[in-house]
Amino acid sequence: MNIGVFVCHCGSNIAGTVDTVAVAKAALAYPEVVFATDTMYACSEPGQAGIIEAVQKYELDGVVVASCTPRMHEATFRRTVERAGLNRYMFEMANIREHVSWIGKDKDANTNKAAELVHIAVEKLRRNTELTAGEFTINKRVMVIGGGVAGIQAALDCADGGLEVVLVEREPSIGGKMSKLDKTFPTVDCSSCILGPRMVDIAQNPNITLYTLSEVESVDGFVGNFDVKVRRKAAYVDWTLCTGCGECAAKCPSKKTPDRFNEFIGKTTAINIPFPQAIPKKASINAAACLMLTKGKCGACVKACPAGAIQFKQEDEIVTEQVGAVIVATGYDLFDFTQYGEYGGGRYPDVITSMQYERLLSASGPTEGHIKRPSDGKEPKDIVFIQCVGSRDKSIGRPYCSGFCCMYTAKQTILTKDHLPESQSYVFYMDIRSPGKGYDEFIRRAMEEYGARYIRGRVSAIQPKNGRYLIKGVNTLMGDQVEIEADLVVLAVGAEAAKGAPQLAEKLRISYDTYGFYMEGHPKLKPVETNTAGIYLAGSCQGPKDIPSSVAQGGAAASKVLGLFSKDKLASDPQVSSVSLQRCIGCAKCQSVCPFGAIEMTQFRGMTKASVIATVCQGCGNCTSACPQGAIQLSHFTDNQILAEVHALCPY
Amino acid sequence: MSRRYAYYPGCSGQGTSREYDSSTRAMCQELGFELIDIPDWNCCGSTPAHAVDHLLSASLVARNLAIAEDMDVEGIVTPCPSCLKNLKTSQHRMLRPEFHQEVQRVLGRAVRADLPIKSVLQVLVEDRGIGWIAQQATAPLTGLKVVPYYGCIMNRPPDVMRFDDPENPMALDNLLTAIGAEVLPFALKTDCCGASLGTTRRDVVARLSGRVLDAAAAAGADAIVTACPLCQMNLDMRQAQINKANGSSHRLPVFYYSQLIMLATGQQGERVGLDKLCVSPFSLLESLGPQAGEVRS
Repeated sequence: MNIGVFVCHCGSNIAGTVDTVAVAKAALAYPEVVFATDTMYACSEPGQAGIIEAVQKYELDGVVVASCTPRMHEATFRRTVERAGLNRYMFEMANIREHVSWIGKDKDANTNKAAELVHIAVEKLRRNTELTAGEFTINKRVMVIGGGVAGIQAALDCADGGLEVVLVEREPSIGGKMSKLDKTFPTVDCSSCILGPRMVDIAQNPNITLYTLSEVESVDGFVGNFDVKVRRKAAYVDWTLCTGCGECAAKCPSKKTPDRFNEFIGKTTAINIPFPQAIPKKASINAAACLMLTKGKCGACVKACPAGAIQFKQEDEIVTEQVGAVIVATGYDLFDFTQYGEYGGGRYPDVITSMQYERLLSASGPTEGHIKRPSDGKEPKDIVFIQCVGSRDKSIGRPYCSGFCCMYTAKQTILTKDHLPESQSYVFYMDIRSPGKGYDEFIRRAMEEYGARYIRGRVSAIQPKNGRYLIKGVNTLMGDQVEIEADLVVLAVGAEAAKGAPQLAEKLRISYDTYGFYMEGHPKLKPVETNTAGIYLAGSCQGPKDIPSSVAQGGAAASKVLGLFSKDKLASDPQVSSVSLQRCIGCAKCQSVCPFGAIEMTQFRGMTKASVIATVCQGCGNCTSACPQGAIQLSHFTDNQILAEVHALCPY
Repeated sequence: MSRRYAYYPGCSGQGTSREYDSSTRAMCQELGFELIDIPDWNCCGSTPAHAVDHLLSASLVARNLAIAEDMDVEGIVTPCPSCLKNLKTSQHRMLRPEFHQEVQRVLGRAVRADLPIKSVLQVLVEDRGIGWIAQQATAPLTGLKVVPYYGCIMNRPPDVMRFDDPENPMALDNLLTAIGAEVLPFALKTDCCGASLGTTRRDVVARLSGRVLDAAAAAGADAIVTACPLCQMNLDMRQAQINKANGSSHRLPVFYYSQLIMLATGQQGERVGLDKLCVSPFSLLESLGPQAGEVRS
């Protein structure tokens, strides 16, 4: 076998702390290495051309590139050797950047380590065999989890591209956080007027199956062939009969039910349609508040319903959907400010969240768009807005900026002035962060045209005083203390990961960060992909985002799915396990450790043997570690290859 | 079951807050706490020491800690939040080994600095429990409307003090409720009274303590209850000054919580020290009924 070794400088990334010439020279001493060189950028056009030229000139049978992590460029170099006429699996990569040059400053030690990593790669390559990818068919349906604006955009774009879409939403209606907003920045256009038609499109699109009041129960399978179980929670109303007339809610005697949609400002009924534009416009029963379901007597809604749709005996239902890809668009939740004692810890009725204020501003909200204090229903005159509540605060484990609070606070001051021309708004801020088209101009408008008074500093205490509130804080620009008396305090609560986000991530086998936001495939180059093939992200589940960004990501995720589904078959990875029938004793240990259900036990001449379903196998190698006989081997990572690597490192 | 603690009285207890010291000692005796004075204790350094030199402040504190470590006690208690803060902060700083060694060098002796240090209020609440204290209240203060005033440093900084909520502490609220008083919600319970600025910037104290008095009166309180000698002095002794400066006319007695516990457990007399208060509480206490009214004798 003729092996060629290419040691990449990666500019100064590697060459700065590794003697790449020395590494190439050392490589020439390794068995079967007939050619070794250093190269400025192996991944560049001339770098790849150099590899191809060497393969042809020295009649190489395999190539080692010592450069960066295989994550990015393994695919690049596999294509390179293929273009040179070799099998794409006759290639190995030694990571001398992330594993060497970026983590150590001692050039001699680094050079030695890099040479050893190259040696390991050479020993493995010597035992590589040519592998050929198979093909498998894919199911061209897509599931979108989460029916906020990002999920809606993704679902509509997929459906417009001709795909069958299953949209799953946890709440009774789609619409997400955007459906709770009164207006949007920086255009101050009505949120439900721009979102509403999109929601209707979802309901009317024949390609979209909508499951609301539903949650993903489990996810099995792999890219192209996922089996997703969805729990459709009991609404206690037969939605095939319900016409959305609302007679039931009008007659329901449980009129003091906490109103989730209105952020618990105001009350609703136990059976209700959350808001006028709800999609689907169907009633559902809050079981905890329903007299019939808790105490066994009432039934007012049954009498009121002209369609006979009420079904107290309805139970959760599990449906299984086969899809080829999943777009996760589960959004965010709002920070619970009650852990801030200085803002009253939730004890003061007129200290509310920005989302609650949004409901007060909304014409379909509990006050029909009149700004009234929750405590006494009076119109406020002085309103204090406090920004960064639960953002940029290490002490409560939220060091990140939520990104959109500066903008929505400015919007709320503008709307406040529109609603109450005699009012005065004050905004306590840390910094104004308004990068975006027309965003900073919008903040200026709030200050200059609408007279919002911006005070740079934090608030130390909110204290009730004569039916109003005394807000004590610091003005860091003036270097002075400030005290403002106000009728209403609005806290710009930050964004945090949606409740249950980590649990869903476990089901989907995607990763999430410290705060529960989902990890994209690459922070710059794969913003909507995940590291699990066939699963994509859209919107705030990946990190706090405003509406335009969420919509853009929804569309981007849809385009990725359409791209994936543009092929009828996907190439299967040939790096899968296979069983040696002679060695297998049928103990089924491999089956018990396989996380993908890729191993089945079969009968062979009256004996039980393991068998790998190649299209399901993900090449994790659990089975090879578990097999007591060494009967099951993972192609490209056989026991012999791994032992050869170890021997290269520890020859004695 | 008696609990043994080393007692650090603090300098206020020798002068401006004698009634706090005497009522605290008496209260602890009644409630089964054995307080043993740290022999030959010295000043904690108060504000001046830690304002100029942490090593000086910690060394002053450490001498007291070292003496207490020879005493066979569960821990050190003090009634004064300011002393408490100095004791605990110095102990906290000595968690850094270099600083700890430096203090021992200055002191010329070893000090472990590991005895628990707590306020009398904290051990009362934690060792005895609110429910138990309620049972001891044989003469509950029914009808007495009070606001609890913790002052600014009893619970702060939270990482060092490790007692109760730094923004909305409830220990005193619960304790006073347990002995029958009507405790009113009080948003200013951890605000600053102006502290030692009373000697240099009386206007600041007039403004800050004035606010506390205004808010207490607005809440409908008959009296304010404190656990801090400096707070008590500003609110009580300077109440007339504050009234004059602000054009107000408050006459709010300012009790130490230990005095009220004594009253509620049927104790009276010199140890309670009600006659030491500048704003006389006697007409208020008489108005509550015959039982409470007897305290004057």
